[in-house]
Amino acid sequence: MKYLDEYRDSTAARTLLDEIRRVATRPWTLMEVCGGQTHGLLRHGIVSELEGTVELIHGPGCPVCVTPLEAIDLAQQLSRRGDVTLTSFGDMLRVPGSRQSLLEVQAAGGRVRSVYSPLDAVELARRNPLEQIVFFAGGFETTAPATALAVQQAARDGLENFSLLVAHVRVQPAMEALAAASDNRVQGFLAAGHVCTVMGCESYGAFVDRFRLPVVVTGFEPLDLLEGILACVRQLEAGQARVENQYARSVRAAGNRTAQDLLREVYEICDCRWRGFGVIPSGGLRLRDRWQAFDARRRFRDVPALPVVEADQCRSADVLAGRIKPPECPAFGAGCSPESPLGAPMVSSEGACAAYHRYRILQNG
Amino acid sequence: MADDSIQPGWQRYCPVPIPNDGDRILLAHGEGGRLMRKLIRDRIVAVLGGDRLHAMNDAATLPRVDGELAMTTDSFVVSPLFFPGGDIGSLAVYGTVNDLAVSGAQPLYLTLSLILEEGLPLAVLDRVLQSVAQAARETKVDIVAGDTKVVPRGAADGLFVTTTGVGQLVPPVPPGPDALCEGDEILVTGPIGCHGIAVLCAREELHFEPPPQSDSAPLTQVVAELRTHLGTGLRALRDATRGGVSAVLHEWAEASRLTMAIHEETLPITSAVRGACELLGLDPVHVANEGTMVLAVAPGIADHALSVLHSLPGHRQACRIGSVRARRIAPVTIRRLLGSEQALDEPLGAPLPRIC
Repeated sequence: MKYLDEYRDSTAARTLLDEIRRVATRPWTLMEVCGGQTHGLLRHGIVSELEGTVELIHGPGCPVCVTPLEAIDLAQQLSRRGDVTLTSFGDMLRVPGSRQSLLEVQAAGGRVRSVYSPLDAVELARRNPLEQIVFFAGGFETTAPATALAVQQAARDGLENFSLLVAHVRVQPAMEALAAASDNRVQGFLAAGHVCTVMGCESYGAFVDRFRLPVVVTGFEPLDLLEGILACVRQLEAGQARVENQYARSVRAAGNRTAQDLLREVYEICDCRWRGFGVIPSGGLRLRDRWQAFDARRRFRDVPALPVVEADQCRSADVLAGRIKPPECPAFGAGCSPESPLGAPMVSSEGACAAYHRYRILQNG
Repeated sequence: MADDSIQPGWQRYCPVPIPNDGDRILLAHGEGGRLMRKLIRDRIVAVLGGDRLHAMNDAATLPRVDGELAMTTDSFVVSPLFFPGGDIGSLAVYGTVNDLAVSGAQPLYLTLSLILEEGLPLAVLDRVLQSVAQAARETKVDIVAGDTKVVPRGAADGLFVTTTGVGQLVPPVPPGPDALCEGDEILVTGPIGCHGIAVLCAREELHFEPPPQSDSAPLTQVVAELRTHLGTGLRALRDATRGGVSAVLHEWAEASRLTMAIHEETLPITSAVRGACELLGLDPVHVANEGTMVLAVAPGIADHALSVLHSLPGHRQACRIGSVRARRIAPVTIRRLLGSEQALDEPLGAPLPRIC
């Protein structure tokens, strides 16, 4: 398969590993921002191969993981009303809220459906005019253009039974919050390739100037990840801090203008609460005034908010902020597993805890 | 999807008889009267044939069989009913026939139970029955008994099928996973994950070019060839249906108390399945097959087994994926690209509901 097999060549991967070890004169600490990268690094055994050379701190790029509990609880409340069908991507449905996951609410009679595209939710609204269809719109700038498109489509079709529960988040403000923290240990970032495909990488210029930390836009295959790490280490060894684009087969400097226009048209930037981080300035998106009619929070403002309860033993906040690695959490593998997760990072396909659980290494070859 | 704005069962409160417009299943088709008799006689028995079925007695009587019998049952709720590479009709026959074949039996008889949703187009039922009949002919099994029920709109999704199969055990029966030994080699008979991905893409209207095809197929011939050529060197074989290759390996590891160790790089995966899995965050080892089998053979005969498989149509991509080892920390392990050996988890939950 083009773009897959050629980036999974084990000989080329070995050569890159050797080159990283050769170039690094001291241990470096990098953060891969995206959960997809975390899974790639663990699945292919790169984290353990680089032990002692490069420490990888796993970033917050798992949108399902950082979606605040109150949004998940509200989604569950909506699905219990009887006149609302709550739709979302499969990952979001498995995330534990304060009391249950959406899948458990569904089993108890709540109206929940997983869809593969927000446009499928619009189609559901068209086919079921007597029912309110809410799409739970989480995700970074990668998924937000699709939900913006869904709102525009619903508006064009005059659908009054479609709305969005918006929980979109923006990557760069979170990286800024991490880099600015007094206890930051990250010396270089592997920026998220998919997000940069939409947003481009020009905006990282100001980030690099401000924090003097290298940023390498990186893909998700083993060779992508190794090339991204090598580029970062080379910059650090040379005392440089630049924006570099390893993932040029997908990312243009300016990004995807059409998608960005769509985003700007429908959403505006707002301060946003991230699970595990607190409020991140400019860290989220909300519907512009013009599209308020499609805001589920507004349409169902009579739904009472329940008190938010985080699981006691779960240290997903520390995992998401890179303060601890998943196995350092006392609940990891003991009380918290993909079968009975306490926190979102253990269920999401981009969650760091799930990656450590799934790709635990028995021995190196 | 049924129209959610209509409550299930609403027609129970409507005493006005609805005229049969001749092209949809009505509740009356399941109520024991003339419509039901006509449906069964003209549409079902006429297509499925067989003397025992034509007799339409309460039970089929079967001739004496010399030796032990094998019996199995399976329900089919796949959505959509028709998908690239197959449909619920052939799937219902192959699924049960294959369960008998991999158990070491020659499939002989099937029963067929249909649960029909009110409103199902008769043309759809006809297409499914044609497919059942064709698959039964192909696998040389007789459909000897059946049942038909109709449920109100919304209480089922179009059409559900249950088949029960009886077969005659043909000794020597492959010993099965209890007999696995250290050093046995693990093979697959073709590319993995095709069925689950084909059904998922058809249901969710995910457009890949070319569309992924199901591997739904009868296994009677390939099982017979393997048994003839490998004899007792064939330790265990299983069609890797729900839960995929991973589920089979976990069951074998549990039964044998050994470790099933596979290599990621050797897994045969079509580009369509690989692409769809990457996009959807699925792992092909957990995705269902309906034709591809996993087998374990004695040390040293893997090449012979592969040459047998490669000589059969549709099995040219059969290959070795790993071996049986002494039990270590994990029941199933997978060797990744850079050589690290990881535990392979069992598939969790139902990432792909209603695929068979």
